[in-house]
Amino acid sequence: MEGFREKTCVLSNEGIKRALYRLAHQILERTPSTEELVLLGIQTRGVFLAKRLQRIIEEIEGVNLPLGILDITLYRDDLTTIDYSPVVKETKINFDINDKVVVLVDDVLFTGRTIRAALDEIIDFGRPKRVELLVLIDRGHRELPIRADFVGKNIPTSQTEIVEVRLKEIDNKEEVVILEAIN
Amino acid sequence: MGGWHRKHIIALKDLSRKEIETIFETARNFKEIAQREVKKTPALRGRTVINLFFESSTRTRISFELAAKRLSADVLNFSPSTSSLSKGESVIDTIKNLESYHPDIFVIRLGLSAFLDTLKRYTQASIINAGDGKNEHPTQALLDMFTTHQIKGTLENLKVLIVGDILHSRVARSNIFGFQKFSSSVRVCGPHTLIPYEFEKMGVKVFYDLSEAIKDVDVVIMLRIQRERQKEVFFPSIREYVEKFSLNPQRLKKAKDNCLIMHPGPINWDVEISSSLKKRLHPVILQQVENGLAIRMAILYLIGTQKKSDEDIN
Repeated sequence: MEGFREKTCVLSNEGIKRALYRLAHQILERTPSTEELVLLGIQTRGVFLAKRLQRIIEEIEGVNLPLGILDITLYRDDLTTIDYSPVVKETKINFDINDKVVVLVDDVLFTGRTIRAALDEIIDFGRPKRVELLVLIDRGHRELPIRADFVGKNIPTSQTEIVEVRLKEIDNKEEVVILEAIN
Repeated sequence: MGGWHRKHIIALKDLSRKEIETIFETARNFKEIAQREVKKTPALRGRTVINLFFESSTRTRISFELAAKRLSADVLNFSPSTSSLSKGESVIDTIKNLESYHPDIFVIRLGLSAFLDTLKRYTQASIINAGDGKNEHPTQALLDMFTTHQIKGTLENLKVLIVGDILHSRVARSNIFGFQKFSSSVRVCGPHTLIPYEFEKMGVKVFYDLSEAIKDVDVVIMLRIQRERQKEVFFPSIREYVEKFSLNPQRLKKAKDNCLIMHPGPINWDVEISSSLKKRLHPVILQQVENGLAIRMAILYLIGTQKKSDEDIN
């Protein structure tokens, strides 16, 4: 990212892997009845994380949870104030979410605005029994009353820093780094 | 990142290939909304879209209306039969008047050719062309191209044939501009009187014999014979037209296998197309209608979510 440099690496390849295994166990601990569970990944990196969780849960429990893709662009609260129309990506939920326990998956939890948008969108697909939030990184600075149920790692940051989750599926790297502005 | 900066969609001639691809990508991802329990998203909440149709239209208007509603915009439909236009109010006066409602987007259909560039000086809102005279009908061409891409898997290096009343057809013109941007070649075919001289200058091959024109084509776009525009006589009789230019199974054999046939509707069966091709055409036409909605949603979204203050040069 231009104008920024890497400050620290907060999670390594191994760290991400361990966190995801723990998170998968936590999901199952809270909802042992897997037939109720569905995963929804938020575009873009949330989708890859959700796919990995799906694989890990299959490894542990032998069940393949339904996995949906959510693009929240059309529900953003800043659509008409930003300079350009953001690209609308694919949304795909091929299963009924009514009365299901939806685990919403994203890479970083920051202001909470993305999650607000995601919750509004989910309701347009039906009425789940419960929605739970899973994030790999919680970096604080919430602007809305939203909190995650499952957190890979809490990382204190300053407002001006950027947390970048890099996944091998699209970034050819596997790490979480904090970027700081170059003055 | 998806820098959409165009304020108006007036002509396909003006759009870049990149812009067309952005519209397609957006449209592709809008199709899913029709499958939801709540078929609506809040993207254009609080925006006002005025459908201003100085010429009659059902299909295009309802497609635009539903597209705007699926994005939560407020829609106003205005057509001359119910307006003061019959009392002699001019098109410009009408726009100026409606401007007091502070609309964000005008979707306009107009009998006058190429007048929309002038009209945009009289409004702060964006203008989307829903067909202007003999000039262009960009959303129809975009949905034809989008459907072609879906079925053929590409828009490049195709042989596209447009048959019928080329003279009165804004659909033909928009499709020619559009397909040419993807290096596809376009041919037109129809009676001498319905193919204006200028088309040769657009890099289009002109044919006056359908059996000849259809050889090896990948896509055929049939145009409707617009009887309402046939006040002047452009060909001797419908029977003669059918004999020479109607698409039937024999003629179709000369096209490539799996040649895609499209029609903007409504079809005069056994005039433009033999009714024995109904079964083959029907699914494509439904797909065109569905794609039309997605394309119009995409355009409304891209234009409607721009920052209002943008003093755009387009």
